[in-house]
Amino acid sequence: MNARQMVLAGVAALLALLPIAGVPEFWITQLNYIGLFAIVALGLVLLTGVSGLTSFGQAAFVGLGAYTSAYLSTAHGVSPWLTILVALVITVAVALALASITLRMSGHYLPLATMAWGLSLYYTMSNMEFLGKYDGILGVPAMEFFGISLASGRSYFYLIWVVALLAAVAVIHLLDSRTGRAIRALKGGVTMAEAMGISTYSYKVLVFVLAAILACVSGWLFAHFQRTVNPSPFAISKGIEYLFMAVLGGVGNVWGAFVGAGLVKLLEDQLQVLLPKLFGGSGNYEIIVFGIVLVVVLKYAPQGLWPFVEKLAGRWLPAQRRVRDWADAAQLEERSKPTPGELLLDVQAVRKQFGGLVAVNDVSFTIRAGEIIGLIGPNGAGKSTTFNLITGVLPLTAGNVTFRGEKVGGLASREIARRGMSRTFQHVKMLPEMTVLENVALGGYLRSHAGVVKAMLRLDRDEERRLFKEAERQLERIGMKDQMHELAGNLALGPARLMEIARALCTDPALLLLDEPAAGLRHKEKQALSTVLRQLKAEGLSILLVEHDMDFVMNLTDRITVMEFGTKLIEGTPEEVQASPAVRAAYLGTEH
Amino acid sequence: MDFSIASILTLDGVTNGAIYALLAMATVLLFAVTRVIFIPQGEFVAFGALTLAILQTNQVPGTVWLLLIMTAVATLLEVVHGIRRGAPAARWLKAAAQTAAYPVAISLLTIWAAPQGFPLWVQALLTLALVTPFGSLVYRLAYESLADATVLVLLIVSVGVHFALTGLALLFFGAEGFRNPSFWDERFSIGALTLSGQAVIIFLASAALIVMLFLFFERSLYGKALRATAVNRLGARLMGISSTNAGRLSFTMAAFIGALSGLLIGPTTTIFYDSGFLIGLKGFVAAVFAGLSSYPLAAVGALGVGVLEAFGSFWASAFKEVIVFTSILPVLLWRSLRDPHSDEE
Repeated sequence: MNARQMVLAGVAALLALLPIAGVPEFWITQLNYIGLFAIVALGLVLLTGVSGLTSFGQAAFVGLGAYTSAYLSTAHGVSPWLTILVALVITVAVALALASITLRMSGHYLPLATMAWGLSLYYTMSNMEFLGKYDGILGVPAMEFFGISLASGRSYFYLIWVVALLAAVAVIHLLDSRTGRAIRALKGGVTMAEAMGISTYSYKVLVFVLAAILACVSGWLFAHFQRTVNPSPFAISKGIEYLFMAVLGGVGNVWGAFVGAGLVKLLEDQLQVLLPKLFGGSGNYEIIVFGIVLVVVLKYAPQGLWPFVEKLAGRWLPAQRRVRDWADAAQLEERSKPTPGELLLDVQAVRKQFGGLVAVNDVSFTIRAGEIIGLIGPNGAGKSTTFNLITGVLPLTAGNVTFRGEKVGGLASREIARRGMSRTFQHVKMLPEMTVLENVALGGYLRSHAGVVKAMLRLDRDEERRLFKEAERQLERIGMKDQMHELAGNLALGPARLMEIARALCTDPALLLLDEPAAGLRHKEKQALSTVLRQLKAEGLSILLVEHDMDFVMNLTDRITVMEFGTKLIEGTPEEVQASPAVRAAYLGTEH
Repeated sequence: MDFSIASILTLDGVTNGAIYALLAMATVLLFAVTRVIFIPQGEFVAFGALTLAILQTNQVPGTVWLLLIMTAVATLLEVVHGIRRGAPAARWLKAAAQTAAYPVAISLLTIWAAPQGFPLWVQALLTLALVTPFGSLVYRLAYESLADATVLVLLIVSVGVHFALTGLALLFFGAEGFRNPSFWDERFSIGALTLSGQAVIIFLASAALIVMLFLFFERSLYGKALRATAVNRLGARLMGISSTNAGRLSFTMAAFIGALSGLLIGPTTTIFYDSGFLIGLKGFVAAVFAGLSSYPLAAVGALGVGVLEAFGSFWASAFKEVIVFTSILPVLLWRSLRDPHSDEE
C-alpha cells in the first residue's frame, strides 16, 4: 500500500466513524447530499475534464433514476434493489440515443442536445398524471439491506458513501488502463487516436453513457433518501449546477468532484440564508454568485481547486510513480511479418482535390518489404497530403492504395492501423498530461483487449504489465528508457518526436510512416535515430520517410520519390535523385 | 381541426417564429464571429420587455442600476489593466472614460425621463438604448480574456453568464411578471383570420432587421470585417481587424436584437425575469437547425419552431415545450447524417 492509498483508506475509515461518533444529524444530512452530488460530478469529470465533452442534462439522468425507482416501488411495490436495474436500462437507452445522434458531429452539439433533453424530461415529469405532476411522488419506501432498515440518514450515509467511494475508485482504475488511455486520447484530437486504432466515436459514446449511469445511480439513491420526488431537483438549472461543481472542484481529477460537490453544497446553504437577508425579498439569488464564480474560475483557475489541494498534499506525500512490476511479463503477440522483397505498399495514382485545387495529382509509387523509401519535395509539394491519403486520414478523390495485397484506399485510418501501418506526425500529437511510458503504451492499443469492466475491477493487470513491458522495450530501442516516467508535456521537441516513433513501433507495424522525424533533433540525436532506423530495417521493417534534411535522407534511404506541385517528379536511388537536373530545378529554380 | 383553426394556428406560429428568427440570427452571428454559443441570448429579451414594463409605470427600471454596476466593474478593470501594463495615465483614463461615457449618459437620461410619462414609442427607444450596451459589457466581463479558449470552455462560461444574468434579473426586476401594452391596437380581418396590429409590427420589424443585417454584412466595411473574423480570426487580425472590437460589436448587435425581440414579444405574453431562457432556447433550436452557420436556414428553422409550438399547444398544451425541445433531436439526427464531419482542434 502506498502513501496515497493509505490516505484514502484513512479518509474512508474516518467517514465510517462519523455516524456513530455522535456527529449532529444536520452534518450527516449534508454529507449525504455531498456524496449524492459527487457521484454525478464524477461523471462530469470523466466527460468534461478527461474527454473534452460536456453535458447540461445530468440532472435529467438523475431524475430518470429517481422517478423510475420511485414510481416502480410505490405503484408496483418493486424492491429498490430491482428498480435500479430498470432505471439503468432506461438510462443507457436514452444516453445511447442522445450520443449516437450528436457525437458524429462537432463536440458542441452534445451539450445542446442534453440541454433540450433536460428541458423535455423536466416538462414531461411535471405534466404526467401517473408521476404526480408538479407534486411528484410521495411515500417512496426506504431501502433495506439484508433486513437492516436504511430509513435513517445515519444508516443511509453508509450506502451513499460506499457507492460514491467505490465509483471514485472504479473511475481511477478505469483511467489507468487501456480503455482509460483511449478515453484520455479523445482530448488530444481525433487524428492521433484514430491512427492508433481507437474508434473515437465509440469512446465518446462510452464516456457519455458512463456519466449518465453515475447520474442515474445518484438519482436512485436520492429517491430512497428523500423518500419523495418532484421535478424541481432535476431541472436544467440543477444540471448546470452539477457542471459548476465539477469545474469548481477540478474537472481534471476524480477528487475534484468531491471537493466541488462539498463546496457548492455548503456555499449554497450559506448563500440561501445570507443573500435574501442582504437583498430583501426571496428567491434563488445564489445563482448570481454561482454564475460569477464559474466564469472567474474558468478565467483564473481553469483546473479548479483540486490542483491547490494536490500541491498542499505534495508537501507530505511523495509524487506517485508507476511501480515497475512488468519485468517478468510475457511478451505481446506479434503479427506475421512480410518476407523481404515482397510488395508491401502499392500507391496507384492517388489524387486529392480540395475544391478546384489539386493537392496530389495521380501520384504512384511502391514500397517493398525491408526498404526505406524517402518522400521529398519543396514546401507545399503535397508530401504530407500524400501521407494522409495513404494512412486514411483524408479520403481519396481518386486512385487506390493496396497494403499487403489488400485494398486499403477508402478505409478509416484506424482500420488501416489495424492492418499494420503506423505513423508519426509532422506536428507532434501526444497527451502532455500522461507519462512517456503511457503515451507509448497507447500504441499497444490494438494489441490488447481489456474493456471497461475489467479495468474497473483491475482484472486487466496481467495485460497491462505486458503492454508496459512492450512500451518500455520500444523506448529502450530508441534510447529513451531513462525518461519513461517523465510527463510527455515536459519533453523537448526532439525527444517528443522520438517518443512518437516508439509509440508507432509499439503498434507492431509492418510499415512505418515517419513525417519529418529528424526535425528539431540535434546532430547526435539524428545519428542515433538513423542507427535505430537502420536497425529496424535490418529486422525487416519497411519505412516511408518524409524529411527535409538531405544528408539524413540520402544516407538512409534505398529509393526516393520526389514531388513537386502535387505531382511526382522522379523516382530513383539517392544517387540518381542527386544527379537529376529536374530535382535541382525544383529546389533551387532554373536560369532563364 | 378545420382549415380556419389551422390557419389561425399557423399565423400565430409564424408571428412567434419571426421573433425566434431574430434570436436565431443573433445566435448564429455570435457563434460565427466569436465561437461563443450564447445561451443567455434570451436574457436580453427579458431585460427589454421588463425595462419597458417598468418605464410604463413611470419608475426607473432596475436595468439602470445593473448597467451602472457592470459599467463600474468594466471601467475598474480597464484602469487596473492599464496600470498593470504600465501604460501612461492619459491612455487608460481615456479608455476608462470611453467605457463609461455612454452607459452613464443613457442611465442619467433614463433617470430623468422615467417619471415624465413619455409616449410608448419614446419609452421603447429608451429601452433599446438602455439594454444594447449590456452586450458589449457582458462580452468584456465574461468572454474577452478567454477569446482564444476552446468552444467547450466558452460554452461553460455561457451557462455561468446565464446563471448570473437570470439571478440579477430577479434582483433588479423582482419576481413579478409583466405584460406590455400593444404598440398598435388595430385589428384586420381577412376571412376567418384576424391579424392584430402587433403581429403586423412584429413582421415588419423582423423583416426590416433581417434586411438591415443583410445590408450590413454585404455592403458595409464593418460587416465585412465581422465576416472576415468569422472565417479566420488570426487572418483578420493580421489584416488589422481587431477581434476584440469584432467581438464587442457582435455582442452589441446581439443585445440590440434581444432587446428588440423583448419589445416585440412583450405584448403577446407575460414576461417574468426568467422567461427569456426558454424564448432564447427556441431561437437556439432554430440556430442548431441551421448548423449554427446559415442565416437563411436559421430563419426557416425559426418559423418551423413557431408553427410547431402553435400546433403543439393546440393539441397538447401541457406538452408544448416537450414537443418543441424534443424536435431538436430529429434535427440533430438529420444534420449528423447530412454533414457528419467532426472537429479537430
